[in-house]
Amino acid sequence: MKFKALTAVAALMVAMPAITLADPDDDTLVLNGETEMVTKAAAPAHMEETGIDTVMSGWHFRNDDTQAMQADDFDNPGMLAVESAIEAWNTVEGEAGKSCASCHGAAEDSMKGIRAVYPKWNETAGELRTLAMQVNDCRTNQMKAEPYKYDSGPMAAMEALISVQSRGMPVNVAIDGPVQAIWEKGKELYYTRTGILELSCASCHEENYGNMIRADHLSQGQINGFPTYRLKNAKLNTVHGRFKGCVRDTRAETYKPGSEEFIALELYVASRGNGLSVEGPSVRN
Amino acid sequence: MDFTRRETLALGAGAVALTVLPFRVNAAAEDAIAAFTGGAAVADGGVNLTAPEIAENGNTVPISVSAEGATAIMLLAAGNPTPGVATYTFGELAGSAAASTRIRLAGTQDVVAVAKMADGSFAQARSTVKVTIGGCGG
Amino acid sequence: MADGVKPRVKAPKSASAGEVVTLKTLISHNMESGQRKDKSGNPIPRSIINRFTCEFNGASVIDVKMEPAISTNPYFEFEAKIPEAGDLKFTWYDDDGSVYEETKSIKVG
Repeated sequence: MKFKALTAVAALMVAMPAITLADPDDDTLVLNGETEMVTKAAAPAHMEETGIDTVMSGWHFRNDDTQAMQADDFDNPGMLAVESAIEAWNTVEGEAGKSCASCHGAAEDSMKGIRAVYPKWNETAGELRTLAMQVNDCRTNQMKAEPYKYDSGPMAAMEALISVQSRGMPVNVAIDGPVQAIWEKGKELYYTRTGILELSCASCHEENYGNMIRADHLSQGQINGFPTYRLKNAKLNTVHGRFKGCVRDTRAETYKPGSEEFIALELYVASRGNGLSVEGPSVRN
Repeated sequence: MDFTRRETLALGAGAVALTVLPFRVNAAAEDAIAAFTGGAAVADGGVNLTAPEIAENGNTVPISVSAEGATAIMLLAAGNPTPGVATYTFGELAGSAAASTRIRLAGTQDVVAVAKMADGSFAQARSTVKVTIGGCGG
Repeated sequence: MADGVKPRVKAPKSASAGEVVTLKTLISHNMESGQRKDKSGNPIPRSIINRFTCEFNGASVIDVKMEPAISTNPYFEFEAKIPEAGDLKFTWYDDDGSVYEETKSIKVG
């Protein structure tokens, strides 16, 4: 019932704007003055037991300056990485003499909608693939090139380029059928406390979003905005890189980027954002 | 060392004066201002400095400055290891004496803008930016 | 740092004579401050862009002296008066001697 009480407090705070300092705001994210993004949506059905009825982009938990930086592609430094990824997309690498473009043509056409549905089951390989895994599968099997390191700069940049083609489209990852068991595992990880601080993802991002953790405003931990440009390290950050940072901050040994655990967790966390617009590359603190 | 009543009172008054004096920029920042102004007096007002009250992260803090009639504006972060940030010199085709950038602040401190006006006078504005420590270190 | 440094400039394609236009610039650069240390505790030498200029048809719009306190991927926004058709020239000067340039043409009419 603790959550109900928090919700009630939150509702009260909405009703009294004077004390909404720590509340997510009600601003609207319009990209480049054109595309209105869905940054709040009805929670997907599978979240019924969480008590959360509205899922919210991390964008709402940032201050106006940071929000503005994401609203304009020129102001968004994450777009620098997108530009470098366009070059990589068209560059032939590996023994097969191919670039991404050799098979996929223009990213603007072929990658539309892709980010929104990943992680996704690959029937042929019989595995759940994150976008990063798919990129590396292309690199090693189609291009005969070296894979990117899972959470490296070039990988984050490529993910950003692919993500940009889906911006404004709703996240829509499948959680049933062949991926259901993995999704369940991801959910279990989400609620498992780790580290000396004994915190789970849910401790901060489900039970305490909207509250301050020291000077930081806790979000719902949505990943619809990844890869994300962080003011903190002034570069694009991958989902698994962020997971690793969070787990480390609980003072625990972390799983590795690209590990089975983080892949499962990515599917589960992504599914909590079903309905929110794809925002990557977003800007966060 | 013993103090007379009068001396103690004087000390107390001095301490009060110290606490109510406006925040003084550090020596390096003062040197930078002196080098920019050539030691001329610096007036308050006439410079608009826009900085966040609380920076979401000290590594990337948006700062805008404008001063109508200025030919140059120097921006300082008084609490950084080296106070210099940027000096804008406006040319004949400047549309305004204004510019925005993103800066690094090592901690909570004053950001100072000193404008050199076309008539050779100087004016300044300052703004305290709180730089906070994030959640659990992430 | 001369590798992979890419300037971006946002400027209008046309203006009316005498119009004041807003310009935005962003360049990919680490802006290594000289204050940081590497994993072995040795100071990482400073390597920054130390100056940025914008000119229109050879006349100065802005000249910026840049210090290590400018954030990674330096960003500037400022205004220029456009008296006639011509070229905006943007130049960034690196500590290592590299010079990065970008030109934007503006039509008048």
